[in-house]
Amino acid sequence: MNSLYYQKRLSRNIGDKFFTSLSVICALIAILPLIFLVTYILIKGGSQITPDLFTLEPNPPGDDLDAGGINPALIGTLIITTIASIIAIPVGVGGGIYLAEYSKGGAFSRFIRFGVNVLAGVPSIIAGVFIYALIVSTKILFGSMYSGLAGGMALSILMLPTVIKTTDEGLKLVPNELRYASLGVGASMYTTILKVTLPSAFRSIATGVVLGIARAAGETAPLIFTALFSYYYITGFGDLFYEMGSLAVLIYNFALEPYDAQNKLAWAASFILVLSILSVNIFSRILAAFNEKTKRL
Amino acid sequence: MEEKLTLFKNRKRFGIEKNIDIIFKNTALVLSSFVAIILLGIILVVFFQSFESFSRYGLKFLVTSEWNPVKDEYGAFTAIYGTLVTSFLSLLITIPLGVGTAIFITEDFVPKIVREIIGSFVELLAAIPSVVLGLWAIFVMEPFFRAFFVFLHNFFGWIPLFSTEPTGRNSLLAILILVVMLLPIVTSIARDSLNQVPKKLRNAAYGIGASRWKTIFSVILPAALSGIMAGVLLALGRAMGETMAVTMIIGNSNAFSWSLLSPGYTISSMLANQFGEADGSQVSSLFYAAFVLMILSLVVNIFAQWLVKKFSLKY
Repeated sequence: MNSLYYQKRLSRNIGDKFFTSLSVICALIAILPLIFLVTYILIKGGSQITPDLFTLEPNPPGDDLDAGGINPALIGTLIITTIASIIAIPVGVGGGIYLAEYSKGGAFSRFIRFGVNVLAGVPSIIAGVFIYALIVSTKILFGSMYSGLAGGMALSILMLPTVIKTTDEGLKLVPNELRYASLGVGASMYTTILKVTLPSAFRSIATGVVLGIARAAGETAPLIFTALFSYYYITGFGDLFYEMGSLAVLIYNFALEPYDAQNKLAWAASFILVLSILSVNIFSRILAAFNEKTKRL
Repeated sequence: MEEKLTLFKNRKRFGIEKNIDIIFKNTALVLSSFVAIILLGIILVVFFQSFESFSRYGLKFLVTSEWNPVKDEYGAFTAIYGTLVTSFLSLLITIPLGVGTAIFITEDFVPKIVREIIGSFVELLAAIPSVVLGLWAIFVMEPFFRAFFVFLHNFFGWIPLFSTEPTGRNSLLAILILVVMLLPIVTSIARDSLNQVPKKLRNAAYGIGASRWKTIFSVILPAALSGIMAGVLLALGRAMGETMAVTMIIGNSNAFSWSLLSPGYTISSMLANQFGEADGSQVSSLFYAAFVLMILSLVVNIFAQWLVKKFSLKY
């Protein structure tokens, strides 16, 4: 009769307790440093924020107590990410449309899907090395070597797999009935795609693309020898063909400086970068959850 | 009837619309083949740039550790060894932690809302740029672990891995920051594959009297194994290619040492450090090292994809 009751000292129950506490310990070890990391960045970086930060050029490292601001790097990050998006979004969305709408699962589309996954796994520094060999060292862009344009191209290589994948998967979720209906009333294939399937997959594609852009904005490795770094204001269109600063490279360069003022600037730049990337992520997550709710209704 | 058929016959598409349709399809086709072109382009460009160094040193490049731009003598053993050691050891720490965390958030130990918050928090951390992690490692982690490293050296100094006096940045710190970076990847993929295991498997195991952890170890983990393995390989690929955080904390020294407490090098940190100011045959040697890195990560990636395809869940 006794065996019907829960017995604490049975070896299986002791074992269960042991492994349960082990998994709790794992979760604690995994999560505590992460919480510590985020709060540290937000507090340490947030305390360095001043209005001057957004308007001034950084001073060259030295014994000055005043490090200046990060205006050129901030603008540079915006410009480089925009260039990358201008290249990667049309190519990626077009490629995704082919994979989801036209391909019939043949060898070519399987090869491209495989290539997308492989390209997503290529180390980001290799993209920098590739653009260096192709564009920087050959001076193919009107004789300029290191440039914001080259940096944008390197980042676009990293964004491309994400964009293709989200377009492909977003379009595949659109129910086939919509396509049949549109083709049935006599619309051609491209009208169907542009007027029916793309708009109904728009939200999920947009979310994926925005997340891809946020990810690219924090990439450093492809920029350190394509866009390099610059201390000076970006004044006009011509600056695209010269060295361009970015938040990520600023953090890298100034973290390794022995001067406290530069280190503080690196913390401030990290705060801005992390805050914007996290808010984009959280916002798109909320939007996705909201989408799911409205779909179910 | 006759009348209707002719009506349909006359309702053809305009030629111009047909052409637009064809152009649209072919544009999409060309755009999708860009992926293949870029991938092949990367492989070919890096290979041809490394050709000079490849023909001069051959495979000797992989096993010698002399890296001397003055004497024009190059070998990448230190960097290759560093890449492999940091990525494998960091994975060794990450796997139990990540899978343990994933089990914690897929079982019902705590209310669902708590588990969901933990899960999405871990996923958010994957979005933090690695250069920021590097900054944190330099200013917070290194001072925090200094005393611990001295302790390791004093008590375990007889093990070659801890045989050097710790002085600031070293390979062990790089391994630890890699663990922080890989944890979100392994945890979220392991969680997804554990969630995909059908509920009836668990119920069947409970039904014949298995305890919770017996069920986890002999039913649920084996069923989710392929997904977890793929996640682990993905993380391995990331660890080998990871550049910024590692470059900032590993100390960047080409002097070979077995010890984890001495400064080291990885292929990607060597590229990040030297590429900007290299010239002559050093550039070609750096491309050779980049080629080695690319082959390593390609092999890991392709193996991961094959694994997913071969062992994907069949329930």
